[in-house]
Amino acid sequence: MKTLRLLGLGWVFQLKMLMQSAFDGFLGVLWPLFFATVAFLMFRTSGDPKTLLYASLGASVMGVWSSTSVAASSALQRERWQGTLELLVTTPAHFSLVLLPITIAMSTIGLYSMVATFLWGRLLFGIGLDIVHPFLFVLAIPATIVSIGMLGFLLSVSVVRYRTAWALGNALEYPVWLVCGFLVPLSLFPGWVRPISWVLAPTWGVRAIRSAALGGSALREIALCLALGLVYALIGILLVDTVLRSARSRASLSLT
Amino acid sequence: MTAARIFLIGGLTSYRALFGWLTPWILIPSFLVAPLFQILLFAYIGRAANLESDRFYVIGNALQYAAVPCLFAMGNTVSGERQQHTLPLVLATPANRLALFVGRALPVIVNGFLVAAFGLAAGCVMLGIHVPASALAPLVLVAAVTAFSCTGLGLVTAALALRVRENAVTSNVLFGVLLIFCGVNVPLSALPDWMAEVAGGLPLTHGIAAGRELAAGASLSSTAGLIATEALIGVAYGIAGYALLRLLEVESRRRATLEVA
Repeated sequence: MKTLRLLGLGWVFQLKMLMQSAFDGFLGVLWPLFFATVAFLMFRTSGDPKTLLYASLGASVMGVWSSTSVAASSALQRERWQGTLELLVTTPAHFSLVLLPITIAMSTIGLYSMVATFLWGRLLFGIGLDIVHPFLFVLAIPATIVSIGMLGFLLSVSVVRYRTAWALGNALEYPVWLVCGFLVPLSLFPGWVRPISWVLAPTWGVRAIRSAALGGSALREIALCLALGLVYALIGILLVDTVLRSARSRASLSLT
Repeated sequence: MTAARIFLIGGLTSYRALFGWLTPWILIPSFLVAPLFQILLFAYIGRAANLESDRFYVIGNALQYAAVPCLFAMGNTVSGERQQHTLPLVLATPANRLALFVGRALPVIVNGFLVAAFGLAAGCVMLGIHVPASALAPLVLVAAVTAFSCTGLGLVTAALALRVRENAVTSNVLFGVLLIFCGVNVPLSALPDWMAEVAGGLPLTHGIAAGRELAAGASLSSTAGLIATEALIGVAYGIAGYALLRLLEVESRRRATLEVA
């Protein structure tokens, strides 16, 4: 019960803080819209409304990843700058229980962008959102957000020794958009790209959302998305211990 | 002589001190990896949408990515000083303001040019695009002029940084506007008329058009008009940016907001 309370309150507090930030809040919504607009303008030329809907569904997840990749990769560095990292590490709760809600809140902020992308597509490009399986669609969205948050958790732990990790998070934005098939069908890529996309939860998340909206069975994709999210979380939890042990023995926890 | 020193040495010192992206840990992902993936992203969307050739996207996105250093580094010339608490000291000096601010722009132009040139070269190699040998030198000129005009817009963002706290947000928004409007990925003819009109007054639009014509085999003389327009737009933004810097400097003194904005 205590664990759930910690996760829930951590998520709420972090979400409130992110909402106050112009960079994470305002830009988090606007940034993916720039790319969605270009994609809509490009796909509009094909004249096929299905292509536009395909792009709209994919573009909606772009914002979830964007709000996670940069913020999560610099999550620990941010705590360091604020002088709160030592306090968080020394709490009796396992550090991963503190960090997980932070990164999931980051991906949750992407919901704004998701809604904004659908509205933008509807109002400016006339992209109707007729969802075939509304229940599965509603199920696929949180599954995608949570698993992307868990990927962010793994990312934040993996790059803890990289002091300017935000740059890596920034550079990872396009590759994930590309490789996970947000806007481009995976069949267009060379064969070696596909196995990479299979181990990335956003691939299954966007597939689940598309299947639910367009009429496929999204349950398998949702399950795969969540399973991969759990794997990321498990690897992250194992890494946290190693990273903290190393930081304590080198007395480098607060070094920026 | 003092103004020349401020322009050259001061500009370079300020760039090295304030543009914290020069470490390889930031420079490689931001200036080498990200532009390549932007090129790939739009080239593949272009293939999926069956819109334009790969060459169209390589030239558009490589030149557009010059906007990243041009906008962010110029914004940092003010917000970086503020962060270091040196902005009031810099603005309290009797230094020639033109030399002070334009000197800071020179290394940024070189940075923007190198990013665009790398994007062009690596993008062509990655996607197997053939560019005529005769177009290489003119393309270098186009990359330089485009970086110059983007830096003109960067000077405006530097001025805005005197009033706007979240300078990174301003730069990101401008980057997005350039991405949509300047015909980077969508031909101007496919954009609504008002967007094409706006594009005519933005940096990048004419540079990208010139780059595409050159890569398609046009001569430098036939694209001279586009290149000159791009340069003129850069000059116009540079003048506007400098005027805005002076205006907001005076305003910041009057309101005592130099360190607050």
